[in-house]
Amino acid sequence: MKTIAKQGLKFNEPLIFERSVVGKKGYSFKECLSNGSDPEDIFDDLFIRDEIKDFPEVSEVEVIRHFTRLSQLNYGLDSGFYPLGSCTMKYNPKVNEDIARFKGFNKIHPYFPEEFTQGALEVIFGLQEQLKKITGFEAVTLQPSAGAHAEFTGLKIIKAYHESNHDEKRKYIIIPDSAHGTNPASTTLAGFEVKNVKSGPDGYIEAETIAEIMDETIAGIMITNPNTLGVFEQDLDKIIKIVHSKGGLVYGDGANMNALMGKLKPAEIGFDVMHLNLHKTFSTPHGGGGPGAGPILVTQELKRFLPLPLVAKTEEGSFHIVKNAIGSIGRMKSFMGNFTVLVRAYSYILEMGERGLTQATEDAVLSANYIRESLKGHYHLPYEAESLHEVVFSDKNFKDLGVHTIDLAKRLIDYGLHPSTVYFPLIVSGAIMIEPTESESKEDIDYFIDVMKTIANEMKETPELLHNAPGISYRKRLDEVKAAKHPKLRWYKLDEETDE
Amino acid sequence: MRYLPLTEKDRKEMMIKVAVNSVDSLFTSIPQNYHITNGIGLEEGLSESELLNKLENLSNKNKTFDNVDAFIGAGLYNHYIPVAVDHIISRSEFYTAYTPYQPEISQGTLQSIFEFQTLISQLFDMEITNASMYDGATSLVEAILMSKRVNRKNKALISSTVHPEYRETVATYFNQNDYTEISYNEDGVTDVDSLISQIDEDTTAVVIQYPNFFGNIEDLAKIRNILNENAPKALFIVVIAEALSMGLLTPPGTFGVDIVVGEGQSLGLSPSFGGPGIGLFSCKAKYLRKMPGRIAGETVDKDGEQSFVFTISTREQHIRREKATSNICSNHSLNAVVVAVYLSLMGKEGIKEIALSNFYNTQYAIKILSQFPSIFKVKYGKKVFNEFVIEFNDGIDVNLFYDKLFKEKNILLGLPLKKFYAQETKSLLLNFTEQVSTKSIDNFAKNIIEVIGEL
Amino acid sequence: MTEVREEYFYSKEHDWVKIDGEFAYLGISDYAQDELGEIVYVDYVKDVGDEIKIGEDYASVESTKSTSEVFSLVSGEVVELNEAVEDDSEVINASPYDNGWIIKIKLSETVDTSQLLSASDYEDFLKTL
Repeated sequence: MKTIAKQGLKFNEPLIFERSVVGKKGYSFKECLSNGSDPEDIFDDLFIRDEIKDFPEVSEVEVIRHFTRLSQLNYGLDSGFYPLGSCTMKYNPKVNEDIARFKGFNKIHPYFPEEFTQGALEVIFGLQEQLKKITGFEAVTLQPSAGAHAEFTGLKIIKAYHESNHDEKRKYIIIPDSAHGTNPASTTLAGFEVKNVKSGPDGYIEAETIAEIMDETIAGIMITNPNTLGVFEQDLDKIIKIVHSKGGLVYGDGANMNALMGKLKPAEIGFDVMHLNLHKTFSTPHGGGGPGAGPILVTQELKRFLPLPLVAKTEEGSFHIVKNAIGSIGRMKSFMGNFTVLVRAYSYILEMGERGLTQATEDAVLSANYIRESLKGHYHLPYEAESLHEVVFSDKNFKDLGVHTIDLAKRLIDYGLHPSTVYFPLIVSGAIMIEPTESESKEDIDYFIDVMKTIANEMKETPELLHNAPGISYRKRLDEVKAAKHPKLRWYKLDEETDE
Repeated sequence: MRYLPLTEKDRKEMMIKVAVNSVDSLFTSIPQNYHITNGIGLEEGLSESELLNKLENLSNKNKTFDNVDAFIGAGLYNHYIPVAVDHIISRSEFYTAYTPYQPEISQGTLQSIFEFQTLISQLFDMEITNASMYDGATSLVEAILMSKRVNRKNKALISSTVHPEYRETVATYFNQNDYTEISYNEDGVTDVDSLISQIDEDTTAVVIQYPNFFGNIEDLAKIRNILNENAPKALFIVVIAEALSMGLLTPPGTFGVDIVVGEGQSLGLSPSFGGPGIGLFSCKAKYLRKMPGRIAGETVDKDGEQSFVFTISTREQHIRREKATSNICSNHSLNAVVVAVYLSLMGKEGIKEIALSNFYNTQYAIKILSQFPSIFKVKYGKKVFNEFVIEFNDGIDVNLFYDKLFKEKNILLGLPLKKFYAQETKSLLLNFTEQVSTKSIDNFAKNIIEVIGEL
Repeated sequence: MTEVREEYFYSKEHDWVKIDGEFAYLGISDYAQDELGEIVYVDYVKDVGDEIKIGEDYASVESTKSTSEVFSLVSGEVVELNEAVEDDSEVINASPYDNGWIIKIKLSETVDTSQLLSASDYEDFLKTL
């Protein structure tokens, strides 16, 4: 097969500080003159800064060239196929980027009087309504900045609910071993203890396991559905009933809602709280790690615990900010949430509409299953259960050849692809987790499949190609031990480099 | 649908491979009674031009800093953003990339973050900085959590001159017994006597904002001494809500502060109705292993080439799960790139000039606004960076005055402090950045006279 | 082949203890260091002079892949942290049972070795993994 990857011209770009030359300027503004009061007249000398030591001095041309060159060292979704399971890297529509840059959405302050910002409030309200429809929940906050932030918010709501019932015994949250690492971390931070449960042999959480441990000390359970194997939890109905019957609440990690949109509404099947990741399901850019947004949706019963502020609509049709409510868990961050991220999601849902969103779900699931069927003779499928939007293979077929999952991941780079998610979920040995999303063409998916098959052969015939991969990327494999043992976390001017 | 590349023909071929004869067969693992029967309930989709029209109309309903004289800051500032910043940040290699867990093909993000970490360390005069957090408020929460890890004590003392929304966020994260607010005095700064009286064996950290929420400069040197004498194990946390003040003021690191947290919105990001901003987090190097969040470090690749990688990643929750030191899984990476570009453009001289220009405008405004002693006075004096408080005299209807100014004169007279401080019924917090001209300040004064005449 | 030292006692979490009169040395087993990979840092949560009880954690051991808490198998007072480990934690990889000990404790009570795994118990346990 012919690879699409080719080595190109790239630059060894120095640090911006190394480009600095005294006297260069990258800015322009009108000189502002003193009007009689200079800092020396006002402040004690102790509080006046001399200069910022070693700050760069660079022209605009050089700044632009520097960061343009850096950008070229990145592989973005716009560069190519990005089969990162669980991370859901879908296309980021360009029109949303333009809309998010409208002055009317940016040069506005959350402390403006509400009559100044009706348009912004309408966007927030509109997105609240859209998300409620998509999930079936009664109420929502758009405040959390990301999935993990949302998990913490949801767990605080669960805590507030039990406290309002004077039910103080409930100190545990059940978390299956297939969950994202943020679930237990958020649980601890929210003041609960984690009760881990093992998935059954088929990759599901089994109702009997939950029945055994469910009692009045359990505040709730966190379920990712479809789970991180991309599989719909088969005992879900029973589990929800067991947890509810003992007074617990069910938290849905909505990381994988993109497999369900238009097919089912989580609130209708018994979830009490759920978060969404707007970048996963609603196409907002990942940005190299953020900013994102993680709305929390709840049932009518839990509505009063939502954090503030919220946006509501008056009978006259205007929008206002709700700042006070009895029962609310409080505020999760400053101001109104990551507003321009919300604008992008709102605009995405408007453009996709009813049919577009449903079709996106169907294409994502079809593409994942197509990859599964095409590769299952070549890679070991640890769980036979039906896949939805992603598929997980294990390292069983190649572990004994001295090849590791990480080698496969790095070899994909040599073929011009982004590696899949690896070593997650933890319950699969050497997991290879593939999620194509709905954004990939059949041609690109077929290329990926061909590459995966080619690599499966290389594992047997030329394993050194995998061990040495990536071979053509800008950088080869990094010395991570050196980075961790001798941390160098910032630049210092050479002649005064301090020993950290 | 233009975002869905599969054709009908593709779908059919793929279904043959998967051995299903209808799309519904792909969803048989979902119990039948769970399936929705009448759709989501959304409208049908809009075309691109319809969408642009609709959203443009919505955005035009908002009044912006361009068409209102809004002298308002309070943690989010209307600063000039060089055009070059958006050109860089619009490069989709930056904004469509995932978290750089594959460093071989993510050096752009990683090197930018390494530069960001250096720039912020220099700006605050601190040893190390992480790859960023969500915003100023959540950075503060993380700083308090970190001080508990460092000294295993429980109670944080937080000045009431710290941004009220940051304090509200702290209140959500911690039990009431785990923090105490310290009152402010008649000079609008933290009351040090009250601070000293609250310090005890269990004090984990003392939190001071600089410049504080009222715009006043807290005496960090004095507070450092108080901590050295009374609570040597407690961490000194300083909050910077207006990062551009660092172009003029002695940075917190110079005063021996342990952790500096802040909001970086002033460094190249628009106010955007409050977000996304960027949380800044710096500390002394000795606390590295207790620091939350991600951090980029320098290393080499197999060929010995200088490279960057997320390191000390054992603090992250995907490895540590319930033992993780923080549940934050992402940073505001893209905004860290914004800040790196902005500070590179500004550079050593620019940051100083822009800070000075904020200072000059503000001093001018104080001078002009001091001409109305029969209406209000500048409450705490001139020792401010770009924000200050005015207090109205008794007998003047502040609400009416405020409403008339924006309804009739298109002037937003800052933030009424009673929104956050119940007792401050007659005080407003004003902000003057480099975007304000002396002309608009003069015009502002003229309008004040007109409105007062009508009251 | 992973090494198991005869005169040491173990836990199922792969901690070991060596009793030396009124003192005890603690560390992690050869198996544990191998599983963790290259150890980059040891973060002590106990200091000299601190009291420590059976089951309490005294440090976390970080490799580039993971971090593990290490637990005390005895009770007493911390008398020494291993400087060699603080200087370069890789010594644990190189010499888990000798130079790579992590903490030294002055015992406050006789150690009930029946609660611990003997070398042969631990070897049997390793076979089940």
